[in-house]
Amino acid sequence: MFQVRFHGRGGQGVVTAAELLASAAFREDRYAQAFPSFGSERMGAPVMSFCRIDDKPIRTREPVTEPDALLIQDPTLLHQAGLLHGLRPDGYVLVNSGRDVDDIGLAEFAARHRGHLLTVPATSLALANLGRPLPGAPMLGGLAALTRGEQTVGLDALLAAITDRFGDRPRVAAGNSAAARAAFDFVTGELDELKAVTHHA
Amino acid sequence: MPYQRIKFYQTGSFAAGNRLLPADLRSVQSSATRANTLTCGHRACQGCGEALGARYALDAVMRATKGKLIAVNATGCLEVFSTPFPETSWQIAWLHSLFGNAPAVATGVAAALKAMGRGDIRVVGQGGDGGTVDIGMACLSGMFERNDDVLYICYDNQAYMNTGVQRSGATPPAARTATTPAEGPEPGNTFGQGKNVPLIAMAHEIPYVATATVADLRDLEYKATRAMDFHGARYLHILVPCPLGWGSSPADTIKVARLAVESALFPVFEAEAGEVVSATPIRRQMPVTDYLRLQARYAHLFRPEERTDVIARIQASADRNVSRFGLLQDHHPERTRLALNGHLPAEGR
Amino acid sequence: MLKQIEGSRAVAETVAMCRPQVICAYPITPQTHIVEALGAMVKRGELNAEFLNVESEFAAMSVAIGASAAGARAYTATASQGLLYMSEAVYNAAGLGLPVVMTVANRAIGAPINIWNDHSDAMSQRDAGWIQLYAETNQEAADLHIQAVRIAEELSNPVMVCMDGFLLTHASERVDIPAQAQVDAFLPPYEPRQVLDPDDPVSIGAMVGPEAFTEVRYLAFERMRRALDVISGAEADFGAQFGRGSGGLVKLYRTDDADLIVVALGSVLGTVKDAIDELRDDGVRAGALGITTFRPFPAQAVRDALGDDDRLRRLVVLERSLAPGAGGVVTADLRTALATGDGGPRGAIIATVIAGLGGRPVTRPSLTRMLTRAARGELPEFSFLDLDTHLVEGELTRIRAARRSGPTAENILRDLAGRS
Repeated sequence: MFQVRFHGRGGQGVVTAAELLASAAFREDRYAQAFPSFGSERMGAPVMSFCRIDDKPIRTREPVTEPDALLIQDPTLLHQAGLLHGLRPDGYVLVNSGRDVDDIGLAEFAARHRGHLLTVPATSLALANLGRPLPGAPMLGGLAALTRGEQTVGLDALLAAITDRFGDRPRVAAGNSAAARAAFDFVTGELDELKAVTHHA
Repeated sequence: MPYQRIKFYQTGSFAAGNRLLPADLRSVQSSATRANTLTCGHRACQGCGEALGARYALDAVMRATKGKLIAVNATGCLEVFSTPFPETSWQIAWLHSLFGNAPAVATGVAAALKAMGRGDIRVVGQGGDGGTVDIGMACLSGMFERNDDVLYICYDNQAYMNTGVQRSGATPPAARTATTPAEGPEPGNTFGQGKNVPLIAMAHEIPYVATATVADLRDLEYKATRAMDFHGARYLHILVPCPLGWGSSPADTIKVARLAVESALFPVFEAEAGEVVSATPIRRQMPVTDYLRLQARYAHLFRPEERTDVIARIQASADRNVSRFGLLQDHHPERTRLALNGHLPAEGR
Repeated sequence: MLKQIEGSRAVAETVAMCRPQVICAYPITPQTHIVEALGAMVKRGELNAEFLNVESEFAAMSVAIGASAAGARAYTATASQGLLYMSEAVYNAAGLGLPVVMTVANRAIGAPINIWNDHSDAMSQRDAGWIQLYAETNQEAADLHIQAVRIAEELSNPVMVCMDGFLLTHASERVDIPAQAQVDAFLPPYEPRQVLDPDDPVSIGAMVGPEAFTEVRYLAFERMRRALDVISGAEADFGAQFGRGSGGLVKLYRTDDADLIVVALGSVLGTVKDAIDELRDDGVRAGALGITTFRPFPAQAVRDALGDDDRLRRLVVLERSLAPGAGGVVTADLRTALATGDGGPRGAIIATVIAGLGGRPVTRPSLTRMLTRAARGELPEFSFLDLDTHLVEGELTRIRAARRSGPTAENILRDLAGRS
């Protein structure tokens, strides 16, 4: 089972992101469970959502406490104590930021988890492709690239899920898809660079 | 005008009156094909105003709908005396659910009929003042607000009679009830309280609102029939004296109701979409004491001493109704309507 | 058709296929997505029904009563405070024998106000005369609504389908949404036992005095007894027509050779099963008994499921609600079932664990810890899972120290905030 925990603020599409990931996994004929940290919904409050992916039916209902991947859609949440709590030893962290991991206070963590902690400018990519600061789709594109060996979801399944979800609004679907693809390419590029650096080290 | 301008006040049967009226103005009771929605054998008290009012109202609706009628009844006197298990006095399809939900249940019946393509069957919701004014108010307002296709009839005997004469939101000031006893410096129900549900109904701007009493049964029949000309939410508020709770003689039920009208304590009018369209004028305003003296629930206003202060306040409220509804106008519907809806200066009345 | 879909949506789509004629609802978290989806379907013309936005839950159940009595298939949904607010009408619907179907998106009852999941709402109505079915998954939640309509109409008895608020309603998972034709084949059109018909008028809702009330209530009791068979029949037919197991009275998981069995209702069974597997890997012979039908309480089915050999048997009842002053709710019915009737493990040691109140997550580690203790005989007869004794002690100290100790809930929240 692969477990993802999303962190964001109300209004940033954290729940939709978890559902899209589940939907993509479903398209690849896998079982998926997506649910929010439930609460009185209000804009701007810190929220979490969860997604589990597995090849067999998922029975458990507890929150994800030992995520394999953390998607942090709002970097201002990094100050929250316990944000990275429970992350598996070789888990993945993807942070929505235009800055480098060193610049957001995660240098030490990045060093210990080389290739597993990255930043991706998801909001910028969303603004460029969709016209709105909704980082969910690009974050997922980034996740797909980051965890390519871990069988989360493939880019194609993700794009199909996005198209399906926003089927009644073709421009929104296209914008989100483009942002996801751009983030996928961005993260792929980052990983390639890291590999190159490693080889040269 | 749909009701007669000359009133025949007489004792005994209406047989003489009917013979003098054109056929189309005759009472339902004089028709050979009359309905009998609430048949005899029920357990109402002698002289019960509600039994009389319900029978006339529903017979009129039955005639207007050619028998395609379902009634929903709130808990209360009417429900209890009409269905002493295993007997029922109702000759129509009838449902009783709870005390406070008759309007909502009626809404449900109407929705079901619509869903099943039986919009030809009409729905009446009915209850006493308790189930309408107090505990049923939320459901009533909801029904009004959605404009559900239900005629709701309130039989107002001004207290919770079925449970032993307790005060309701329809109990008039100074009236004695079990929970507003005639004791202390301000005996009876408190002044400055109470709800005027016909006005509340009008505030919802529903298609038709009317008041009536059992003193003028032709008028009551007319209003029940008129209400069925409309679709959407309609409200009929009928004053029905209760000899037991009011402490009046069973033989005086109609007389007491008539005095309520003629003293202007109970204005009789019709409204459509929130505006008054007609008010029954008073031929000669009777002093409220004529009305109050007939009822033991006001006995404390006369014995051991006459409480002229309290009576004066009651009289003032009656006088206010006269000016507010234009009840002493030379009968002029347009003036009445304009006056009531605030379009005429006060002095003109 | 297989879909990755939110639980509420799955229920809405399935309910729509049951061809309800009157849908009435008042919004309350966490049921809102169900009725919103149904409302949208009606508005778009996809569902031919009357959809009413009523002014309260009391009105919602009342509208359903009127609609059902007039011969229409009626549906509503609520939770928690809303279920309490309509309680008078809930009893009324059962007493009148009207086949209303209602979704209860299980949520805690205040005070203190809490929007998260537990079973206190449905449990508060367990004696109202409604059939109560508890869904373990969103698949089952959808399927149970189809079965509920048939069960309700066959018996002329209302049915509430309970699904855990948020945990099921707001979780997206794989659900097989049936085809309209399948549902139509399973559900005949509603043929009322009693109906308001001007052409054949009857009075419904008479007052019944001492001379006959007992007999009328006996017949309601008898209806519930027959319901056990009707529910099993619906489960069997559903399985045959839809090709999957859903509904019924009880479900068993690895109980055959178990000497420690967890008894639970609703979605927590999923996490329980994972814990059972972990215990089994550690050599503990654990199993689970899921109760799908809580009312009528399937006493014989429970006895049969647990078997009656004399091997020492420990039962842990995982309760999602609390009976203050008495303890567990399900425990009471279970103890009665095991102390009466034919068969069943007479010597079972029963422990009650109150868990997941007000949405506190019931985690697998927590369960395995507790069950390991149970297997060793170290679990008390009655306990609260994951109780923060420090918080509790703090408030008790405060209460002992001063008369005006202040509101308990607020004090505890302040203590919690002080920690972080």
